Amino acid sequence: MPMEVLLIEDSLGDVRLTQEAFRDANTYIHLHVATNGVAAMAFLRREGVHSQAPRPDFIVLDLNLPKMDGREVLAHINEDYDLKTIPTIILTTSEAEADILKSYQLQANCYLNKPVRLDAFETIVKSINHFWMTMAKLPTQAISE
Amino acid sequence: MFREVLLVEDSPGDVRLTREAFRDVNTSVHLHVATDGVEAMAFLRREGAYVHAPRPDFILLDLNLPKMDGREVLARIKKDDSLKTIPTVILTTSEAEADVANSYRLQANCYLNKPVRFDAFESLVKSINDFWLTKVKLPPQAQSG
Repeated sequence: MPMEVLLIEDSLGDVRLTQEAFRDANTYIHLHVATNGVAAMAFLRREGVHSQAPRPDFIVLDLNLPKMDGREVLAHINEDYDLKTIPTIILTTSEAEADILKSYQLQANCYLNKPVRLDAFETIVKSINHFWMTMAKLPTQAISE
Repeated sequence: MFREVLLVEDSPGDVRLTREAFRDVNTSVHLHVATDGVEAMAFLRREGAYVHAPRPDFILLDLNLPKMDGREVLARIKKDDSLKTIPTVILTTSEAEADVANSYRLQANCYLNKPVRFDAFESLVKSINDFWLTKVKLPPQAQSG
């Protein structure tokens, strides 16, 4: 059964790298992309064009996004009874301690820095795949559906 | 840089395996053990004998524990503003979907099944070390506590 992953990322280059790294690691991932925080929330709430969107099994969230930044997206997810159970990991260039702390306060499942180097970036995505998509047990789709 | 890890686990065999597996891959891990939920909360709240306990960087929590079970420990950690930022990963033999769903609803950072086979258990601890104690950015220590 394919895993539905929502990637919230505005850099098209990083989107592509992520898609390729996930594809190499795991052919059972359906990767959905939102390139700003407003689109991300519409996808998660199945609003407008996203009314048929699947519920993600997993979310990868950048912090620096246009329209609504990732910090605010995380806060919205955390406040939503149905959305907050979806494992949400932060993948961002920000190394600021304030961002790390705030993300955990808002119950991000974990926080990762996005490497600049291509090979290191691939390694991080593959380790996300290995840990979260093959080892961890994720909440099932049956919650509140 | 040392990592203070609190393992909440009542099986002495599993404690030993975990300790040895961490020791093989990461000599910077200080592994603290609580063998029941009451002891775990006393450690985290630095009460009684634990007044000088370090604040953990990471918690591995079994669900089935004497005195106070892991489900209740998780609930208490995540309701406590000063403890809820500590990444808390469930490591349990329970494969019950209800336990998985409930753990994520209580904001567990991740849920892992404890393998029965020795080599698989070692491999899992090594994956935990690689992902959570090496790649993940853990919350900064300097917080209210």
